[in-house]
Amino acid sequence: MSILIDKNTRVMTQGMTGKVGQFHTINCKAYANGASCFVAGVNPKKAGELFEGIPVYESVLAAKAATGATVSVIYVPPSGAAAAIDEAVEADLDLVICITEGIPVHDMLRTRYKMQGKRTLLIGPNCPGLITPDEIKIGIMPGHIHRKGRIGVVSRSGTLTYEAVGQLTALGLGQSSCVGIGGDPINGLKHLDVMKLFNEDPQTDAVVMVGEIGGSDEEECARWIRDNMKKPVVGFIAGITAPPGKRMGHAGAIISGGQGGAEDKLVVMEECGIHITRNPAEMGRTMQKVLKS
Amino acid sequence: MKIHEYQGKEILRQFSVPTPRGAACHSVDEAVSAARQLGGAAWVVKAQIHAGGRGKGGGVKVAHSLEEVRSAAQQILGMHLITHQTGPEGQVVRRLLVEEGAQIAQEFYIGMVIDRSKQRVALLASSEGGMEIEQVALHAPDKIHKVWIDPATGLRNAEMDSIARAIGIPAAAYVQARACLQGLYRAFVEKDAMLAEINPLVLTADGRLLALDAKFNFDSNALYRHPEIVAYRDLDEEDPAEIEASKFDLSYIALDGDIGCLVNGAGLAMATMDIIKLYGGNPANFLDVGGGASTEKVTEAFKLMLKNPKLKAILVNIFGGIMKCDVIAAGVVAAAREVDLNVPLVVRLEGTNVELGRKILAESGLTIISGSDMADAAQKVVAAAGEKQ
Repeated sequence: MSILIDKNTRVMTQGMTGKVGQFHTINCKAYANGASCFVAGVNPKKAGELFEGIPVYESVLAAKAATGATVSVIYVPPSGAAAAIDEAVEADLDLVICITEGIPVHDMLRTRYKMQGKRTLLIGPNCPGLITPDEIKIGIMPGHIHRKGRIGVVSRSGTLTYEAVGQLTALGLGQSSCVGIGGDPINGLKHLDVMKLFNEDPQTDAVVMVGEIGGSDEEECARWIRDNMKKPVVGFIAGITAPPGKRMGHAGAIISGGQGGAEDKLVVMEECGIHITRNPAEMGRTMQKVLKS
Repeated sequence: MKIHEYQGKEILRQFSVPTPRGAACHSVDEAVSAARQLGGAAWVVKAQIHAGGRGKGGGVKVAHSLEEVRSAAQQILGMHLITHQTGPEGQVVRRLLVEEGAQIAQEFYIGMVIDRSKQRVALLASSEGGMEIEQVALHAPDKIHKVWIDPATGLRNAEMDSIARAIGIPAAAYVQARACLQGLYRAFVEKDAMLAEINPLVLTADGRLLALDAKFNFDSNALYRHPEIVAYRDLDEEDPAEIEASKFDLSYIALDGDIGCLVNGAGLAMATMDIIKLYGGNPANFLDVGGGASTEKVTEAFKLMLKNPKLKAILVNIFGGIMKCDVIAAGVVAAAREVDLNVPLVVRLEGTNVELGRKILAESGLTIISGSDMADAAQKVVAAAGEKQ
């Protein structure tokens, strides 16, 4: 088992026929059970065509009806990406993963408002996606650094997640699922939501939580962990050296009005019983120590 | 993206928020003639820079005659205005706003922000006008009143009246307060702002509400649909290195250390700065080359870092995912050959095609210090920067 996705998940790709969508669809299809998992693409202008043997449908609804796909991954460019999420939510999918970076914040506010009361879960936007090693990869992460196992990973970053995964794999610590929740200020699942899923997942023994400056999601998650988490959590926050008021690459990575600094987050996380490290090279070894103790 | 106060006031006027009459000026003569045209007995001469705290730094002066306007404009134009937001060098004042003076009876704060955890636009209002809202939040949090705005209904009259009452606007001015709050909210949403503040919003002696200041920060991801906002961009207010970086789609932020960092991905780039600091060094910059870095981008990134006279060493930290290590290695070699690399270079490669990447570096003939992992690379670059001293 795993969280959110496994080898039986059926996925449609919105924006499959664009350059980015094509590249990643080929990679995802080639990973583990991908050939059975990636069953549809959506593009109203190319409906009826095939890409890499995957049929293209005119709408999310049509793709769902024809293939039974319940999950969508989105590579649509920023100006149309929020509308693409809306379409997937309207079609009542289980899960939408939006990879697109650069969606206007006000678009995401409107989309999140429309999602109220709907059952669809959203991961991202501006995220690497998620992977259940040796089963399915939905997104842009390099599949080969992962190894099947019992550690969950949740992170706001892309390459820093790969760094964490790489360290775990090098120490022989495989992963149950790895979830990149994205670097935007307005997004879908938060650290907290993913942590709850890992807590309930019998195949996950411990979790690495990677955060960064900006917002207060890590603190909210830490307080929940203190009161509810049954499994050990290792934490790192990027941006101890980040100056206030500057957006550090990610739209959501900004210390504003004295809020969202890395040190504050680390202090709260430590108080809540998370095994924090201030050294990004020690995420894997910290987990190893925690598991041995 | 930030804009000047006078530009913010132009936007407010488009959304029916009253502001004092005024004119933006680039010279002392323009300032005096603007004051003459405005008429009246008092004027305010205000430095236009993107940083806050201008008043305390001597960038805002009240004048009671055209001669005083001239002298205020002479003092402010060209000055290095130092505020808590400019850094110790200050910011050169190149533009002025000359406005009619106002008889102030009361000052308030109103602002719009995006509340990340509630995923709503939040209206913040306070009776403590003229103070920074962060300071109010710190010392008198009970004086900040909030409304989380329902996007379907927008700001409702009852919400606006209750906010007006809470911050002490007299009942006679509620209708005006609605216009100010509604206008600010509409401007915030329609112009894709991340932050909009009127601080202070004042009640004049004759009972009018006026926006005495205007501060906006816009979502750079939405600028493609706002050419009118892009036209407000003032490159004089931005870091030249950051402007240069943006031309090549590099995310670069200058810091005050001496170890340059070139990294793929924002989170890993921050973590790289952090680990340099952890091992006793000081990062010179944040630099994310992004997911699809070409040789050209890597070369430009090197050029940017090498422009920094304080630079003592460079750390390249790449976790190759989609970006293959051999591509980045070829880019590093080409860049190092093209630019005059006069500082030690430490490279750490991991991920896709890492062996091929390391081979390219080893066979390049360049003096490259190889880091086996992030910690090893950080320690080596800190040591190298120390030796260069």
